[in-house]
Amino acid sequence: MQVLQVIFSGVAQGCIYGLIALGFVLIYKATETVTFAQGELMMLGAFAGLGCVTYLGWPFGVAVVVSMLVMACIGWLIERVVINPVLGEPAFAIVMLTIGVGYVARGLVTMIPNIGTETHNLPVPYADISFQWGSLVLGATQLVVMASTAVLCGLLYLMFKYSRVGIAMQATSQNQLAAYYMGIPVKRLNSLVWALAAVVATIAGLLLAPITFVHANMGFIGLKAFPAAVVGGFGSLPGAIVGGILIGVVESLSGFWLPEGFKDVAAYVVVLLMLVFKPNGLFGDNLRKKV
Amino acid sequence: MSDILLSAHELSVRFGGVLAVNKVSFEVQQGEVFTLIGPNGAGKTTVFNLISRLYTPTSGHLSYQGRALNDMPAHSVAAAGIARTFQNIELFEHASVLQNLLIGRHVHRHTGFWQQMLFLPSVRAEEISTRRKVEEVIDFLDLQHYRDTMVAGLPYGIRKVVELARALCTEPQLLLLDEPSSGLNMEETADMAFWIQDIQKDLGITVLMVEHDMSLVSKVSDRVLAMNQGEVLAVGTAAQVQSHPAVIEAYLGGILDVSAFKRETTGAA
Amino acid sequence: MRFIFKTSYQQDIQLARHGGHVFWYGLLLWGLVTAPWWLQEYWLTQLIFVMIYSIMGLGLMLLAGFTGLFSIGNAAFMGVGAYVAAVLSAHGTPFPLTLALAAGLSALVGAVVGLPALRVKGIFLGIATLSFGFIVEEGLARWESVTGGNAGIHVKAMVFGSWKVDSAASFYAVCLGVTVLSTLFVLNVLRSSTGRAFVAIRDSEVSAQSMGIHLAYYKTLSFMLSAALAGVGGALYAHKMQFISPEQFGILQSIDLLLMVVIGGLGSVHGAFLGALFLITLPQFITLGKDYLPAVIGQAPGLQSLVYGLVLIAFVMFEPMGLYGRWLKIRTWFELFPFYRKGMFKRQKSFQKSDRLK
Repeated sequence: MQVLQVIFSGVAQGCIYGLIALGFVLIYKATETVTFAQGELMMLGAFAGLGCVTYLGWPFGVAVVVSMLVMACIGWLIERVVINPVLGEPAFAIVMLTIGVGYVARGLVTMIPNIGTETHNLPVPYADISFQWGSLVLGATQLVVMASTAVLCGLLYLMFKYSRVGIAMQATSQNQLAAYYMGIPVKRLNSLVWALAAVVATIAGLLLAPITFVHANMGFIGLKAFPAAVVGGFGSLPGAIVGGILIGVVESLSGFWLPEGFKDVAAYVVVLLMLVFKPNGLFGDNLRKKV
Repeated sequence: MSDILLSAHELSVRFGGVLAVNKVSFEVQQGEVFTLIGPNGAGKTTVFNLISRLYTPTSGHLSYQGRALNDMPAHSVAAAGIARTFQNIELFEHASVLQNLLIGRHVHRHTGFWQQMLFLPSVRAEEISTRRKVEEVIDFLDLQHYRDTMVAGLPYGIRKVVELARALCTEPQLLLLDEPSSGLNMEETADMAFWIQDIQKDLGITVLMVEHDMSLVSKVSDRVLAMNQGEVLAVGTAAQVQSHPAVIEAYLGGILDVSAFKRETTGAA
Repeated sequence: MRFIFKTSYQQDIQLARHGGHVFWYGLLLWGLVTAPWWLQEYWLTQLIFVMIYSIMGLGLMLLAGFTGLFSIGNAAFMGVGAYVAAVLSAHGTPFPLTLALAAGLSALVGAVVGLPALRVKGIFLGIATLSFGFIVEEGLARWESVTGGNAGIHVKAMVFGSWKVDSAASFYAVCLGVTVLSTLFVLNVLRSSTGRAFVAIRDSEVSAQSMGIHLAYYKTLSFMLSAALAGVGGALYAHKMQFISPEQFGILQSIDLLLMVVIGGLGSVHGAFLGALFLITLPQFITLGKDYLPAVIGQAPGLQSLVYGLVLIAFVMFEPMGLYGRWLKIRTWFELFPFYRKGMFKRQKSFQKSDRLK
């Protein structure tokens, strides 16, 4: 049925939102700062993949790994140079900083002669494969998106819950000074988190590339990831994915059933409803200051 | 005969699975200094938060001047005549001391937004009379030196006094002081004791306070209530409560029979 | 060094605190009033833009800088005001009425947008306002019967009864008048109990409530005021541009407004003006600098974006108090010369601590 097809593509799109939201939530869980730069990191990751495949001629698998490494370094660098000196300042300031980082990334990419202003196609090995299941057409692109999202989310969840690194990250976010006293290498952890978030963004970018093509304004999709993070509950990793999928499905169905224009704002209507009825999101914590 | 200013009856509040305050009942009489004591985590600040309506009781009844307090919105409490200070100072950090105190006069304003936008003469007159009242409090607590200093740059002891001043600016009938002497040295604590006595006698304000410093408690309190784990242990004068066995057990632990642990002394050396 | 000897409470209440204030601001005002006579038309136009953005900056400064409510959707209010002006000017409505309606309708939208503010804080409020911004932008684009949709709409010149404002000088005069009045209104609000209530909400909501400040009322008021100012700015913007379309009031415009107040200096009225000045003159500097850079960099389309980003990062990292903060430091250096100490304005190094509590 057509509705199922619409839902299927909605889930795939939602997984992308969820992956970007995963990056936010990662950084939020570890440093309690919000970053608006995830979309642009995703765009940079996609361009890195493009560079490897199209301009350096490397096979897709190698390109993926190399892009991830390159972006991990870039994430690390951004944290070291720009974010670290201002940790402790009001949240507003840090958000503006990440907006600035986004602008810089977008500007730099657009400035690359010839490549920056064009839209490119990223050749992926699974681009034209699709499966038939009953009356549904399941594109390999979308299946790969969903599978990667599930795997990545699972890995990160396990890391945060059971590994020492994950627990240390949570400790740092709750009380940085105490974390220092306990011997946690706070600076290194923060850089690690940003590197990790950059890698997640890269994967999102590479997965998105066949769907929306690679261009400098790809990052604006990142703005839809905020509703995903809020719907899921800002401190929850699985919540980010669930939120993303929810938003993706609602968006797809709006495009299918509602008049034109509603599709673009569907995500934002959902987040507003969520903020009214359940501000902590589906899986979020109860936030309250103790006096 | 003094009337009852504040009364709590079987007051309870539950947070998730934790019963923070359990059937607490007490009455505060007009003009007295009533102190809540108890170990940390006893629920004393929670009681304060219930009175100033930052929390809502899950059961029980609070009334102030005969009116029910259970459903009053948090911002109406100051207008009703109850002011409070906070355990961890909640001042307006990016404003000067003077501005903090002027905010304390908020409940006594008579001009609305439109008049203020046009800064009509009535607004100007109100600003001057507000300033005059605030200066009286500044004189009372000797804060002249700090009038224009940003709160963020003040030492801890002065901040406590500024919090007290801000609460006094609301011209309350009931003043809730949450650990007024915590973090203060001996001299500052002595000053605080004098101020509390002045507040009671000169300004006629009823004081309900939470305190750990027993010498301060004995010096200024008329009656004391001891709490532990959300429940009332004893009520009475400071001396009565301090010698109450349940209170001693709460602070120091019970008197166990330790004879079994004593080493046997044999007759021979 | 200036020592102000205070003898009456009036001195702390009045807007011009001492002779120096009166002199310099008077000079500025005189310069602005006579500008059409000594300023070239191009720079006059730029000054008009500075004033329009200052008005919107005042609104956002009030909301984010003084009340601490983080809004990433203020361009939506600007859009509402602009479209009200566009629609009413087509009917020849006198400008004062247009302005009042633009402010009023924007204020109403502001009240609606402010509803989430009563329940959520911080970044969640930012996301809520961002969402509203998108919804309003889309709404303006879809309501084609009134707004002309994505194709945009022409804006006729403003009229005051029979006087049509069609010269640069007369438009400038109207803008100047509106800017001065808006600034006075905002300053008046800030020095009275409403302004103090805003600051209280920013610094500590809990103790603001304990002081009798009705949070919902003042937060809504702050949103409405901010929206009204943005609407006024939007109306003037519409008349200046003479043609508007929904995309001019989207997320990029909202971020421009935020950039403006952050770079200007959060929490000060001067900051709104300095930020507006910066926002309007930065493209000029980029254009001037383009000729000195190698063609690869100078002619690239992404240069503006890059410079904006770098400047924003630089300000947040090195001058968190913004342009006004830098001006304060310079002025204090001169005032205290030679006793200025290096660490006078230094923020205490703070460690990040979670406000969350399970």
